[in-house]
Amino acid sequence: MMTGSHQTLIYWLILLLGVAGPLVFPDYTNQMAVLWLMVVFALTWDILGGQMGYNSLGNIFFFGAGMYVAAIVQIGLFYDVGMYTSAARTTHIAFSNAQYFTGFALGTIAAGLASAVLAIGVGLIVFGLRGPYFAIGTLGVAVAAAELTASWEWVGAASGISLPVFPGEPEAQKLFFYFLLFGLAFALMLFLRWLYSTNFGLAINAIRDDEEKAEAMGLHTRRYKRTAWVITAFFLGIAGAVFGNMTGFIEPRDIAFPTTTFNIFMVLMVLLGGKGTLWGPVVGAVIFHLIKELTWTYFLGWQFITLGLLIIIILVYFQQGIVGWFEEKYPAWSGLEVAAKEAPPAAHNVAPLPQAKAAE
Amino acid sequence: MLNAARCATTIVATLIVAVAPYTSRAEACEDLVLGAALSTTGIYASNGNNTKNGYEFAVKKINDGGGVKIGDHCYHFKIIYYDDESTPARAAQLIERLIDQDKVKFVLGPYSSPMTKAVLPVTEKYKTPVVQAEAASRSLFTQGYKYHFGTIATSEKYLAPVIDMAAEHAKTAGKDASGVKVAMIYQDDPFSLDVRQGVLDEIKKYKMRAVIDDRMPKDLNDITAFLTKVKALKPDVLLISGHEKGAVTAARQMGEHKIDVPLVGVTHCESAKLIADFPQVAEGFVCPTQWAESMKSAGPLFGSSSDYDKAIKAAYPEYKVVPYQTSSASAAILVWRDALERAQSLDPEKVRDALTKTDLETFWGHIKFAADGSNPSKDMVMRQIQGDKYKVIWPTKLAAATLIYPRDAHY
Amino acid sequence: MQQIASNLSVLMQAPIFNLGLLIDGVLIGAIFALAGYGLALVWGVMNVKNLAQGDFIMIGGYLTWLLGKHGIHPLFGVPVAFVVLWGIGNLIYRTVICKVISRDLFTSLLATFGIAIVIQQGLNLAFGPDTQTADAQLPTWDLANGLITVTTTRLIGFGLAAVLALAVILFMKGSRMGQAIRATAQDARAARVLGIDTEKVYAFTFSLNAAICGAAGALVAMVWNVQPFMGTTYSIRLFVVVTAAGFGNLPGVIAAGFGMGVFEQFGGFIFGAQFQQALIVVMLLLVLATRQLQQRRLRQAVQ
Repeated sequence: MMTGSHQTLIYWLILLLGVAGPLVFPDYTNQMAVLWLMVVFALTWDILGGQMGYNSLGNIFFFGAGMYVAAIVQIGLFYDVGMYTSAARTTHIAFSNAQYFTGFALGTIAAGLASAVLAIGVGLIVFGLRGPYFAIGTLGVAVAAAELTASWEWVGAASGISLPVFPGEPEAQKLFFYFLLFGLAFALMLFLRWLYSTNFGLAINAIRDDEEKAEAMGLHTRRYKRTAWVITAFFLGIAGAVFGNMTGFIEPRDIAFPTTTFNIFMVLMVLLGGKGTLWGPVVGAVIFHLIKELTWTYFLGWQFITLGLLIIIILVYFQQGIVGWFEEKYPAWSGLEVAAKEAPPAAHNVAPLPQAKAAE
Repeated sequence: MLNAARCATTIVATLIVAVAPYTSRAEACEDLVLGAALSTTGIYASNGNNTKNGYEFAVKKINDGGGVKIGDHCYHFKIIYYDDESTPARAAQLIERLIDQDKVKFVLGPYSSPMTKAVLPVTEKYKTPVVQAEAASRSLFTQGYKYHFGTIATSEKYLAPVIDMAAEHAKTAGKDASGVKVAMIYQDDPFSLDVRQGVLDEIKKYKMRAVIDDRMPKDLNDITAFLTKVKALKPDVLLISGHEKGAVTAARQMGEHKIDVPLVGVTHCESAKLIADFPQVAEGFVCPTQWAESMKSAGPLFGSSSDYDKAIKAAYPEYKVVPYQTSSASAAILVWRDALERAQSLDPEKVRDALTKTDLETFWGHIKFAADGSNPSKDMVMRQIQGDKYKVIWPTKLAAATLIYPRDAHY
Repeated sequence: MQQIASNLSVLMQAPIFNLGLLIDGVLIGAIFALAGYGLALVWGVMNVKNLAQGDFIMIGGYLTWLLGKHGIHPLFGVPVAFVVLWGIGNLIYRTVICKVISRDLFTSLLATFGIAIVIQQGLNLAFGPDTQTADAQLPTWDLANGLITVTTTRLIGFGLAAVLALAVILFMKGSRMGQAIRATAQDARAARVLGIDTEKVYAFTFSLNAAICGAAGALVAMVWNVQPFMGTTYSIRLFVVVTAAGFGNLPGVIAAGFGMGVFEQFGGFIFGAQFQQALIVVMLLLVLATRQLQQRRLRQAVQ
């Protein structure tokens, strides 16, 4: 049975793997960093999709918002943003080391907070929708953000923003961003483990199972929904800020708000791993990322068809996901209790017939 | 006796074995790998393909002629291509893969400015020199990148000459240049927006008015609304910059709506095959090009521009008009050969230093990099479609015809 | 801002342009209405939200373009695309859709998305990523002194769309299968109890939708152009159309299709062509927001 100590062991193992990864495979540091980003994507999507039953197709909105907020802060602290992004600029603008790092730190914090605040606003628009309308509505928010940002001159519109160059050797840069993303993913894992064990976890599960009844029983569903959304947005905003700096160049449609790639990947990873489970998203993210990298290496040119087919196969044959399947087959292993089967009433337990009384 | 014979055979055999590698080495050249992320799919794929043809043509010519000579070794160019799917994020990932995993030390830029903008932070991070001939946005040169070398004329030069032509014509007609009305539409990407900036600077210079200043978003295949405004406001100059798709959509819908503007400037005419597909509408279009076969440039390996033109048309018969993306690509390979031979080394730092000192005359034009990596002496050549052919009309020292104003469109 | 003001002033000074935009909008809207009808049909009957709708349209467009390249007039593309897409729709139904139809709604959305990706990449591999048109080579008409141009292609597109829509509606009202479809839409279980083979109905509906998209695609190839990755834009547009009208409300969907066309033309004119995409999506959000407010009065959520 998976006890608490087993769980702790797994966390230590992940910590070890995460720290040792770039040391053992230094050439793959960037790919591993993206892996941890995928884990963050999957875990955050699962908060709303798996645990709360609200399938969002617009989570990427917070990722991109965080990316842009961080960029604005990083640049805006020292120079005029509009001037920096303008097409008319012909001069070079330099950032000192101190400027880069203070800007980055403040930018990342600002990204998380700004995304959280945006979540409250977006929540007002979309939480009156259910099911497919919620999905389409959130998708609409993400696409609208991409389009509107692409027309916003102050942040460079569709030309994007070339971020300040990281001061340091490539090796240092790779490790810097790797550990940031790993740290974020690990912190998120621990945070969610704690969160789901509290009443909050029970509350959002209740919303998933039957929102009307939960509301009727006195649960302030709107508050819980808003909080879940804010948590999702906060982590995604930070991830966006870090990833934006890792890439060095941000652009609204393909990098900040990639609605047809990362946005859909998050859903697939969770479905593959198992919706609503603690480890499902992580397992799903790892496997999905591996498959994607492999197809990209060996099936270059066909990778999207493979992806499409993968989606279909996951949906048709892997409905409950890998961890879900595992939980069903080996519930004891997963720490779940299965209600004991009731013994069928034996014949001799039946109350004696009235004739016996006459025999007395 | 036998011992002596055996001894002699052994000695001779050893000598042969010892000498043999030296004799065969003279024929086999090592591979010198260049890495390239090009668009084979997506919206930039047709020019990605044109670029690839240019690279391959030059590489073959160089390798057939003995390759690149460094020290007493010879090297044959070999290019590794990955498809960036016309997506900036993808291009950046691929370049990272080329440098990190494929251990490539020298990179050829992708097609178009948005791809290149995403790739440069990566090459800069790894201190890998990149020579690109397919991205013209000025913003690529203002970030302080030290490992970036761009050969082509920057984008603000593309359509600005059309404004100059309009001003000149106004003057000869006895009217004030500031009365000229300009209508323009640009695709939503760094290149086109830079073209726009160049045009705006010229417009400001003459104090003209931009009566319509629209954008074409990436997916848009319909500019009817813009053309309706053109019909309403009757501008004197119409400018369109949207890579091939923009040119194709514009030509088709201008024909449908019978747009009649005296001076029309469009980018990417050749790669959009406007003469072949829209001969009547395209009449009179003024098209900027980085290279024309009538340019009076000459250089090593390919000879003159017309020599190159003949040679490449023989190798790729589908090119009735050679798109400048192809010739620019071939010139980029020349730059690499020149720098490598001057550096006499395969060390990226030494090659990078050699690149900064490039001063090369080629069939494509003069290439000399400034401190920011651009090639400031390179200018555009403006051609007008007259009688289903491209005729050079600007600059005057290359001109084979004069501007026909107003445009003689017969729908 | 300045541009928007000047655009509005153009419209006000020369009211004839309003008419031009309206005509263009209606002609284009016909195609949206047609494809939107198909989407609403599948949604209403099978509860499948087909994200691959735009990509079916693209297949139809490419078929028409192929015909054009072989010397056959693109107008024949309409019936050809109709038939071919019927077959494709049937195939997709039997291999993928029927397996996800009974699962939850989100799954069907994602499954169709997977199909969309496969179609896009398939078209890309087969035909390359360039945009293509099927040139019908029909004349243009000038009205009002050349200030309004109406292309015959668009008129014919409108006509064909109207004819097809009418045919489908009559079919739904008159034929046995049409009745069976409507019955299944109302209550699938009851229909099964009464002896209707719902599997057949589902397959038929999905194939019909694909065929409608194919015909619409043929029109799109003639009126505009096609490109492997353009399908997503159409899918979003059609979702706006169906969501605005409410999927059960089929006449509403047709009206919304026309409305979408007109809205796009005016919006593109006033705000600038670069906002056309953004406007469509903002429209979607506005529609959803209005729906929520409406439902709030009833203390319900938008289901």
